[in-house]
Amino acid sequence: MRRIPVWADVVLIPLINLLLAVFVSGLVVLYIGESPVKAMRVLLQGSIGSAYAWGYTLYYATNFIFTGLAVAVAFHARLFNIGGEGQAGLGGLGVALVMMAWDWPHWALALPAGIIASALFGAAWAAIPAWLQAKRGSHIVITTIMFNFIASALLVYLLVNHLKLPGSMSPETPPFPPGAHLPTAHEILAWVGVKFPKSPPVNIALLLALLAAFAVWVLIWRSRLGYEIRAFGHSEEAARYGGIAPVRIIMLTMLISGALAGMMAVNAVQGEAERLVLDSVQGAGFVGIAVALMGRSHPVGVILAAILFGMLYQGGVELEFEMPAISREMIVVIQALVILFTGALDNMVRLPVSRLFHRRGRGGGRAGAGGNG
Amino acid sequence: MDLDIVLQLADSSVRLATPLLLACLAGLYSERSGVFDIGLEGKMLIAAFFAAATAAVTGSAWVGLAAGLAASLVFSMLHAVASITFRGNQLISGVAINFLAVGMTALLGHTWFRQGGQTPQLVGDARFHAIELPGAARLADVPVIGPVYAEVISGHSILVYIAFLAVPLTWWVLYRTRFGLRLRAVGENPAAVDTAGISVPLLRYQALVITGILCGIAGAYLSTSMNAGFVREMTAGKGFIALAALIFAKWRPWPALFATLLFGLLEAIGIRFQNVELGGIGTIPVQFMQALPYILTVVILAGFVGKAIPPRAGGEPYVKEE
Amino acid sequence: MSAEVTRAPGIESGEARAAPPPALRLVGISKSFGPVQANRDIHLEVEKGTIHGIVGENGAGKSTLMSIIYGYYQADAGEIEVHGRKVEIRSPQDAIAAGIGMVFQHFKLVENFTVLENIVLGVEGGALLGPALRRARRMLVELARDYELAVDPDAVIETLSVGLQQRVEILKALYRHADILILDEPTGVLTPAEADHLFRILRSLRDEGKTIILITHKLREIMEVTDRVSVMRQGEIVATRETAATSPEELAELMVGRKVLLRVEKPPARPGDRVLEVRDLCLRDEKGVERLKNISFDLREGEILAIAGVAGNGQSELLEVLSGIRAARGEVRLGSEPLDVARPDARLAREMGLAHIPEDRQRRGLVMEFHGWENTPFGYHHEPRFDRGWGLMDQKEMKRDAAGKFERFDIRPANPDLEARSFSGGNQQKIVVAREIEHNPDVLIVGQPTRGVDIGAIEFIHRQLIELRDAGCAILLVSVELDEVLSLGDRILVMFDGRIMGERRPEETDERELGLLMAGVDPGAPEAGTATGAEGREG
Repeated sequence: MRRIPVWADVVLIPLINLLLAVFVSGLVVLYIGESPVKAMRVLLQGSIGSAYAWGYTLYYATNFIFTGLAVAVAFHARLFNIGGEGQAGLGGLGVALVMMAWDWPHWALALPAGIIASALFGAAWAAIPAWLQAKRGSHIVITTIMFNFIASALLVYLLVNHLKLPGSMSPETPPFPPGAHLPTAHEILAWVGVKFPKSPPVNIALLLALLAAFAVWVLIWRSRLGYEIRAFGHSEEAARYGGIAPVRIIMLTMLISGALAGMMAVNAVQGEAERLVLDSVQGAGFVGIAVALMGRSHPVGVILAAILFGMLYQGGVELEFEMPAISREMIVVIQALVILFTGALDNMVRLPVSRLFHRRGRGGGRAGAGGNG
Repeated sequence: MDLDIVLQLADSSVRLATPLLLACLAGLYSERSGVFDIGLEGKMLIAAFFAAATAAVTGSAWVGLAAGLAASLVFSMLHAVASITFRGNQLISGVAINFLAVGMTALLGHTWFRQGGQTPQLVGDARFHAIELPGAARLADVPVIGPVYAEVISGHSILVYIAFLAVPLTWWVLYRTRFGLRLRAVGENPAAVDTAGISVPLLRYQALVITGILCGIAGAYLSTSMNAGFVREMTAGKGFIALAALIFAKWRPWPALFATLLFGLLEAIGIRFQNVELGGIGTIPVQFMQALPYILTVVILAGFVGKAIPPRAGGEPYVKEE
Repeated sequence: MSAEVTRAPGIESGEARAAPPPALRLVGISKSFGPVQANRDIHLEVEKGTIHGIVGENGAGKSTLMSIIYGYYQADAGEIEVHGRKVEIRSPQDAIAAGIGMVFQHFKLVENFTVLENIVLGVEGGALLGPALRRARRMLVELARDYELAVDPDAVIETLSVGLQQRVEILKALYRHADILILDEPTGVLTPAEADHLFRILRSLRDEGKTIILITHKLREIMEVTDRVSVMRQGEIVATRETAATSPEELAELMVGRKVLLRVEKPPARPGDRVLEVRDLCLRDEKGVERLKNISFDLREGEILAIAGVAGNGQSELLEVLSGIRAARGEVRLGSEPLDVARPDARLAREMGLAHIPEDRQRRGLVMEFHGWENTPFGYHHEPRFDRGWGLMDQKEMKRDAAGKFERFDIRPANPDLEARSFSGGNQQKIVVAREIEHNPDVLIVGQPTRGVDIGAIEFIHRQLIELRDAGCAILLVSVELDEVLSLGDRILVMFDGRIMGERRPEETDERELGLLMAGVDPGAPEAGTATGAEGREG
């Protein structure tokens, strides 16, 4: 057996993978004719160089924690949920419908309502591909992608034909009532007397995201359902033998996954935009894939990777402003490279690293044997 | 509906089915060899961009096609390295390739042309134009056959004819040649191929080269024939629809033709009949018509049209056992 | 041995030896997988025109060695000589070129291809298929005539019986002009009659001057068909003997490195009440093939009912149905309660007192990526003692439970924190056995309990089963090993083609009679010849 230490598996290899992705991205920047070093400086300055920057970075990170957890939970059951984009979009619809249904008196009521609505809508959108996978064996990767397209068409239709203000040109809902407004970091920190810039959209949903990460950890590694999900993910045959019904696991896992993706809307729709706009998800569902892969499907890893991508997104905005030659799509390139190196080309780094450890391990073993003999 | 509308629908079905057909056959080679490829979409997209960009600069559609092929091949080999050499997860590799294509095309488009990610409008020889087949004009007056020949069969670009010729060619390769035999075998039982003294990786690499070429043609067709330039994310899920068609076709070339024509027809109907009035019920919204191919894809995957058994070794990297 | 070889061309011999060089000579072959040394400094000579047996326990390194000769694996060190010439074998291609053919234990056939397509794969001799298929068709006719190797060239592999599939594998090797033919555990999937037929083919191939290497763990076969035999143990060749000058007892001792009991000691059974009643069980699989045809039997407490049969005759399906993994039609009663086989529920079956040691521990019985302590409650993880409330599991209790099982069943290494995959086959099986036995089931169903398990663990597991029986448990044992069936079973059922061919008592039957039943022939019935079974014609 090729065994490598845990720290190498969860820290060293992802780090090397990340550096490779950054290196290739640097080459791309170089090709465009800009200085990668300067780009990196702008990116870091823009994402973590000030409280203001942190405020945006953490806002994006909150989105990615939700979508990253969604992908991670599904991964544990060996399900590849690429539908985070559509599920989060539907989550936004759920939030909007609930927020517009009533003149909410206080955020303490609106927040749980938003959570429930977004989770239910997200879960419902994941339920159909899940059912088709469980009952009909339809490839969940393709069905969830199709459901992203269908969700997008559905949301356009609803916004254009039913939800926008009559007479308004822009396809978006009217603003939610003031009572639905979620406390931002500025407001929360003001309660304890800490000053924080007013404009960054980071809000109470960040705490919700961290709570969700903890809940996922408990679910996967401490609960009976998590035990069954992992067993099913490792071996469907064994799961059947162990009395674990595949249909139940696929359904539950995907419902949880869809609910997590949907809850992103609490942050983006209820917390930031305070109305439902076209494309409220802005690719965060896809970023979740990279986040889950980099975070090795572990909640702590997901949080760290989500912050990293939050930096990338916020820094990317600054980058586009400071260095117009580099467009925002640079982020998508980096995201793709991260998925490529940490997901698909993992063995490229893993094999040499484990060979290295193995060689050292064998040397040690020989010394030990000599001592015994 | 009169004959004109039927002919128009048939004609645009052929046009719309062409990229699906090429991508579907591309997927056929890859999946028959045992490598899942959900990166068809990305390969088409990158090819579409490079074909249009090169054609715009050189003024030659053929040079553009070559550039598109090269770009698609590079991506295909990336997938090959990840999934064959490094035995990575083929789904994840495909996802990465799709994102890489979206990002690279937008980034390079922005850098090169500064038109919001689009390439300049292609004119003249920078585009593949319709070819009039011999006798089309003369036969046009013959009832039924004439218009069908002139409107539906004649008058497409060379890439359309290449796509349709690729169907019998693929059939012949698959069932009548040594390469086809080995290709079919390696997707079913790579160990049988290995112990017969044939290199499994080499065979799969060869298959992915063909996949790259076909995706390249599909992409070039999108941007230099069907449209006059590259638009961001212009593949719009065609790669995934092609995969659904492949499943529908049970990984066989002739059924692939019919499956993709069906999707082409559906798309043609969606474009022709926007905001359809249904007596008494109301209008079918345009968004529904646009979503129709995606919905049909789900329906097909749900197996409501018959069960499909994929190549047995599909999706798994080959590792010797025993 | 090779006294008849007199036509050795071009060899000027000294007066001592006129014999030609050996067909195959291995010099110092070594191979390791990571830290595991599978082959250690192997030296072996196989004379031309002989059948050379290689015996050894599971994991002794037989299959690895043969895979090296066939170029499927690369040796770390050592040389291979074929007919006195040193050859570099880097791939199966090289081996084929050197005249070596191999029939693997798990056939390397493309299941949805025809026989012809499988035979030409890799030796098409041109870019087009047509000529290759025509050539192969002609050749097949000749081979069938010469060696009793008839098979329909246009039959699709998956419709053929395993015996015929094996024939295709042999034909593949001969079509490639193999001069040295290696067969890895060729009789594991055959009825005794089919095995006899195979041996006839092997003898006639030998008489034609071909060299055969037969790998097996069945000593009976070695004694019956080989000219010489080499014994492997822990990656090394420990002895080579003339078959005529050795005995099964000596070989067994060489294999294990100590004296072994070839038979299990067990007191007579004292059957009690009926606890499992199976009536008219029928199962049709996804392809519409009937896998179980009106299976009926009873099982009483305190007895072991053994089911014999060649693999693939419905035993696996029977186990799956009874353990609640697969749906079927028919009636099953467990104790006094009915078990709904139409709606299988493995958890419910366990709660009703049925435990199951599955045939395939690596795919079924264990989650290989789970720690030992996560595997010990697997399937019983709903029990209240593992429950901490709020849907959480009590990991302390799981670990405590695992530590106890590891100690009582002497599972090594005694560390439940290791993942299941880091244990040897025997110890993995002990984890499964410990888990299932310690729940004191009323009924235990067991599939191939000792497949891929070393002799020490086999003895241990057999003892455990007998103790459990004597404690009153009803045991249903499915095994393809006739030795196991005969020594453990109190009653024996034989399955063939989804049916129960008959019931026998071990003291009143023998391997020959069971073998005929396994081939679908009832020797009790008049006019029963062995020929029909031997040919095994299907499709």
